[in-house]
Amino acid sequence: MLDNIRSALIITRRELRDQLRDWRIVFPIIALTLFFPFLANFTTRQILGFVQKYGANLLADRFIPFLLMIVGFFPISISLVIALESFSGETERRSIEPLLSSPLTDGQLYLGKLLASLLTPLIASYLGMTVYLIGIYRTTSWRAEPMFLVLIIMLTAVQALVMVSGAVIISSQTTSVRAANLLASFIIIPVALLIQVESLMMLWADYRVIWWVVLAQVILAGLLVRMGITHLNREELLGHELDTLNLRWMWRVFRVQFKGDAHSIWDWYRREIPRTLRRMLIPIGWMTLLLIAGTYLGAIQVKDLGVSPGMFGLDRLRTINTQILAQFRQYGFFSTSNVLTIWWHNLRAVSIAVVLGTFTLGVAGALILVLPMVIIGFFTGAASLTGFNTLTVLAAFTLPHGILEIPAIILSGAAILHVGATLVTPYQRQSIGEGLMSSIADWVKITLALVIPLFLGAAFLEVFISPQLLVRLLGGG
Amino acid sequence: MIQTENLSKKFNDFLAVDQVNLDVKSGEVLALLGPNGAGKTTTLRMLTSVLRPTNGWARVAGFDVVTQAAQVRASVGILTEQHNLYGRMTADEYLDFFGQVYRMETTTRRKRTNELLEQYGLAGERMRRIGEYSKGMRQKLALARALFHNPPVLLMDEPTSAMDPESARLVRDAIHGLRSANRAIIICTHNLPEAEELADKIAIIHQGRIIISGEVKELKTRLLGAPQFELHLGSSTDGFNHALPDIVTLTGQGPDWLRYQTDDPIYSNPLVIQSFVKNNIPVVGLSEVPRSLEKVYLQAINTIEDNAQHQEWVEQSRSGGENQHAG
Repeated sequence: MLDNIRSALIITRRELRDQLRDWRIVFPIIALTLFFPFLANFTTRQILGFVQKYGANLLADRFIPFLLMIVGFFPISISLVIALESFSGETERRSIEPLLSSPLTDGQLYLGKLLASLLTPLIASYLGMTVYLIGIYRTTSWRAEPMFLVLIIMLTAVQALVMVSGAVIISSQTTSVRAANLLASFIIIPVALLIQVESLMMLWADYRVIWWVVLAQVILAGLLVRMGITHLNREELLGHELDTLNLRWMWRVFRVQFKGDAHSIWDWYRREIPRTLRRMLIPIGWMTLLLIAGTYLGAIQVKDLGVSPGMFGLDRLRTINTQILAQFRQYGFFSTSNVLTIWWHNLRAVSIAVVLGTFTLGVAGALILVLPMVIIGFFTGAASLTGFNTLTVLAAFTLPHGILEIPAIILSGAAILHVGATLVTPYQRQSIGEGLMSSIADWVKITLALVIPLFLGAAFLEVFISPQLLVRLLGGG
Repeated sequence: MIQTENLSKKFNDFLAVDQVNLDVKSGEVLALLGPNGAGKTTTLRMLTSVLRPTNGWARVAGFDVVTQAAQVRASVGILTEQHNLYGRMTADEYLDFFGQVYRMETTTRRKRTNELLEQYGLAGERMRRIGEYSKGMRQKLALARALFHNPPVLLMDEPTSAMDPESARLVRDAIHGLRSANRAIIICTHNLPEAEELADKIAIIHQGRIIISGEVKELKTRLLGAPQFELHLGSSTDGFNHALPDIVTLTGQGPDWLRYQTDDPIYSNPLVIQSFVKNNIPVVGLSEVPRSLEKVYLQAINTIEDNAQHQEWVEQSRSGGENQHAG
């Protein structure tokens, strides 16, 4: 380990020396380290003066830490530029081959470039924050709590690490800086969204949530670093075919994986689908665990939030009888069109999960699918306060459509996790592109063969059978 | 020191290197010749464990290029065809950086830096940024980098391509020196006189395949036939053809010279001179007609292309015949 770090630091030292000789990097860093904190200081003073005139001291108190986070974020945004250039820049300038022909391992190369992209902006960020804090202390006597300082230092560091580790992956998978910059939107968009969430939390002063954000980013950074080391491929760095979109090749890889050895649809269902499911056993296990954990988490929130029996009108569940079926009919139950509505709704939820999964190696995609179970867990917990048996309420909310819908959710989430896991798992003799296309083929296979039909069956049961079972279980009818 | 057997590399559907067999011993220089895109660079990259062969195997300095990649890379010095260096570094810093990468001690790095910069005439420029160097200076620095860790195997892609004649001579002398120091060397070059001067063995690669390989002399005989000699006479050649012994074949004639071909010059040439002297025909000089490597190279490439065309023609006429038959 130490040997790896020592070798990586050889690369880091060289890159740092290079960066510090490049005025295009040095100048913005100095500007963001010195000028921007002064500007933020000035802005803070103006806002404090303004809000204090109207007695809105709370807003003033929230604004100082918020700007501290922003002052820290600006210099680390430069790390993205440096990281995106780390491999693709060298590939483009054709200075990389001697390095690739050296005895350094892939991990040492990746780590060296990662640290080099991280250190200068991070130091600049901390300097900027120091300048801002000193200025604020001199003008307003505001002092940060030690735990808050630790939080901001950690948040800035992991945010930089997430951006840099992602950007170095992009850089190592492209052969031109232009291509790397174009792909950078996969980092910029989620980070921009994250900054907005963090800003809200800062203004809300809910620092507990920000600690969770730090933890989530630590996990994500770990996955990204693993993915970077796994997929750093000397061969592809020297190749030139990477930046061209080879649709024919993509289609061929997809088709081979999608069709497998099957000769007919029946054969495909009989042999290929079980084979794919076997490949996805681990993500299926994870998804099942997540659903159970989500349901439990929802249920215990009832206690944490101090929900009372009458709070959501759940005591009305006691008055359920067969007459409620008429109300169900008014809401569109017992009609085929509602089957399609519910089916479409579920498919839309899966689509959102796919989009979220794309930016988070499948994690957010899987988590969003757990959300309904958290809600069911919560309502089950709340209903049990009114004296119902927990299992009876759970069965009333989830049966019989859950028999099909829950497996569909598990399979859908597992397929999304499978795509994400493919990116962070080494595939021998398979490039990142091949691995990704194969896992997408698996996802499409599972979605077409199982998820869509299961959701359709579940929607049918939910519209025609579930209301009747609900009445039977809770209304005693 | 360098051995390959059926070494092949396929990029998607494109077969870049096809069953290449090489054997380069310590103290030998092999020149790998071939047109652009023939597979020379891909072969070198497989020998440095940067590209993974799709078939066959290769051992460099006793290490397998697939399973012992780190050892292979540590044993090889490579001079790449396009060697853009780190422009913001000085020559000193550049060599020192690669010395660290190859885990060399500080004192050894300093010593090697001084030695190599001195040897390649860069000592006076050592503190200048590489970005300010001329093309030739960069090439020399890249070569110094390839030699820095004293590797037993050297792979060089166009080692003198951007150099002025003086620097190119310097590099060629260095290669001679490295051969004497028992290094195994492969050079890829389009400069055929240079290849002829430096190489003990030649391999011509075309469309990924080695089409011919061997020692320069042997290749000349194989492709251009037996050596030819030119006999210059003190008088006109008219009527003197009869003096030429039957063991040689007359291939050309001028006003005062004759050209002949022989399989065994050691035996034939004294007989030819003896015969002319016996016939009182004054002999002014006898010399071998120079046959350049360029001729060998072009002959090899043309033969393979003619064969390919012929093959294509045969296949076309066969399929045409089949179509006609089917019609």
